[in-house]
Amino acid sequence: MTMSAPSNAFGGQASPWVSRIAMAAVHFFILVLFLQNVAADTWSSVIGLLFAHLYSVVALTYWSKIERTAAGDTVIVTVTLEYVLMAIIFWERASAWPWSTMFGLGMVQVCAFAAVKYWKDLRRAPASAWFGLIVILVYVMVAATAPIIAPFGETEIVGSEYDVWSNKHLLGTDNLGRDMFTRLIYGGRNTVGIAFTTTLLAFIIGGFAGILAAAMRGWVDQVLGRLVDILMAIPSFIFALLILTIVGTSIPSLIMVIAVLDATRVFRLARAVSMNVVVLDYVEAASLRGEGLWWLIRSEILPNILPPLVAEFGLRFCFVFLFLSGLSFLGLGIQPPTADWGSMVRDNATLITYGDITPLLPAAAIAILTIGVNFVVDWFLHKASGLKD
Amino acid sequence: MGNVLSIILQRLALGLLTLLIVSIVIFVAVNMLPGDFAELILGQGATPEAVKSIREDLGLDQPLVSRYFGWLGGMLTGDLGTSFSQLNFQTNLGGGAGKTVAQQIAPRFANTMFLATVTAAIAVPVAVVLGILAALYRNTIFDRAANIFTLSSISSPEFFMAYVLILFFAVLNPILPSLSNIYDGMAFSDRLNKSLLPALTLTLVVTAHMMRMTRAAIINLLASPYIEMARLKGMSPMRVIVKHALPNALAPIINVVALNLAYLITGVVVVEVVFVYPGLGQLFVDSVSKRDIPVVQACSLIFAMTYVLLNLLADVLSIMSNPRLLHPR
Repeated sequence: MTMSAPSNAFGGQASPWVSRIAMAAVHFFILVLFLQNVAADTWSSVIGLLFAHLYSVVALTYWSKIERTAAGDTVIVTVTLEYVLMAIIFWERASAWPWSTMFGLGMVQVCAFAAVKYWKDLRRAPASAWFGLIVILVYVMVAATAPIIAPFGETEIVGSEYDVWSNKHLLGTDNLGRDMFTRLIYGGRNTVGIAFTTTLLAFIIGGFAGILAAAMRGWVDQVLGRLVDILMAIPSFIFALLILTIVGTSIPSLIMVIAVLDATRVFRLARAVSMNVVVLDYVEAASLRGEGLWWLIRSEILPNILPPLVAEFGLRFCFVFLFLSGLSFLGLGIQPPTADWGSMVRDNATLITYGDITPLLPAAAIAILTIGVNFVVDWFLHKASGLKD
Repeated sequence: MGNVLSIILQRLALGLLTLLIVSIVIFVAVNMLPGDFAELILGQGATPEAVKSIREDLGLDQPLVSRYFGWLGGMLTGDLGTSFSQLNFQTNLGGGAGKTVAQQIAPRFANTMFLATVTAAIAVPVAVVLGILAALYRNTIFDRAANIFTLSSISSPEFFMAYVLILFFAVLNPILPSLSNIYDGMAFSDRLNKSLLPALTLTLVVTAHMMRMTRAAIINLLASPYIEMARLKGMSPMRVIVKHALPNALAPIINVVALNLAYLITGVVVVEVVFVYPGLGQLFVDSVSKRDIPVVQACSLIFAMTYVLLNLLADVLSIMSNPRLLHPR
């Protein structure tokens, strides 16, 4: 057979059977993953099974909705099968943590879907944006599959204190004899996870309040606006420390305090951008039509203010991430023995005076992630602004 | 001029109001929360009588409003109360004058101010000059390098910068001390030498933002017709920027400088801890971990006050540097 039409190979219509067979295979893989534990941990297996079904339904629905090409389907199926193959090769570790394995699989598929869907934009993305995206991808995968790739347990003491780099302990051991490399992986999971949750909460609180203030105006706007003014008049780091002194530094209170303080910034932005939308004719038309407030917010305002909010999400995430690491560095954030990048730097700082750079690695990990996110946000803003260079 | 004066007075009044509200927020936040001061001081061995006597001693049995005004009056006259840890010491050893919060804070506040001044003295000129140069040589290698460098330093945690500097300037090439153990009666040069590394760290943190804003403010103006005119007259690019663009870009630059000095107040906490610099930030963190509430309260009020005042200053200065407001038609 000759290569008569190369465009066909990449642009051709995908067979619907590809996605069905691939999803079924993945589904059965997850079933095996959970079923082999059914005797040891029944409840976790049952919930895992339910979750696997839910995930399969969502993934199939989404997959059938995006623009299908043979190339796109091939990418998604190949990447998924690669992950499954890796899990089978390292079956002992993968099957010991079925949840992590499944979560990692979900992340792989989400990334593959996104890459296929936005490939046209990605192709034209600058190198800095690619760097940022790859950094984020690596961090997310490491966070998702932390227990599988980490050689030791998170709080396991495996050697003497401050061991040097060796084959057994890639980055040596820390001040209590725990494996540095393992702590670094788990620290990524904890710090990134908590920062992400906090940012999400801040956006739910601040975004909702901001849109509400813009949509209702009047006293609601006044009350919320003045409240935010007061909260913003106090430097947030100091205010957070003050509140944490009183409520104590548990993870839920940490998340709540930072989220509320950060919501003030989100509120300002959400209010400002929705103010521009609320005064437009189509919103007035909708409200004259008799649509309710909730409908207006959801269908008219929210879709139009999404791009600046998404960009702000990236920047806020960086801010929260640095904020959290700062608190942990001071010993007032995430508490031991939970691994966390900020406190890892503090605990091992003495090594620096001997010229050992190991304690700088967690700090560098923080810096690389925030730089990566900043690059992606820059690209996104440039794209959303409609500038063509 | 009357116009400007009234605007400034308005801002000052607003600033005072903000300070008052901030003090109420801090006071209420500390007092409305669960846990009793007296029980906290006495710890496990709290008998009802002892709790009652301490509550009376500290005036905790009085209503919240009168306590607030007592506290505010004390703050204004420099009486910041007694630190819990000192109080504990006193009750255990039976008397002996403990340090008041004011005595604890005063020398540390001076140290922090010293550090902030040194930082500002380095950071502000460097940032403005670099910003002007980046605007002058925009889109060249210099500009790009500066852009990447500033982006990285904005994105890194303060302690990362601090330890990198320690690694390079104190460990690998021992030129500067890595511990800033300054004390009273130290010679000025010694003091400067010891606080140079923390000051440099803070400089790295704040310079980036100031420099980017300076560059952006100047580049914003370069498209305006009067700059075109100056260029057509045959002025050199440097003179165009310094003589024509800079005066008009001054308002945003002043604003961002003041905001960054306000940001220094937060950055100083982490940096002081890294270098064991005996400043207000260090005291604040220590008191937070000891849950020494009077000290925390006083420190956060001082931090918040500095922050509000610097923001106010930024407001007033940018009004004053606006030629349209200064010379009304």
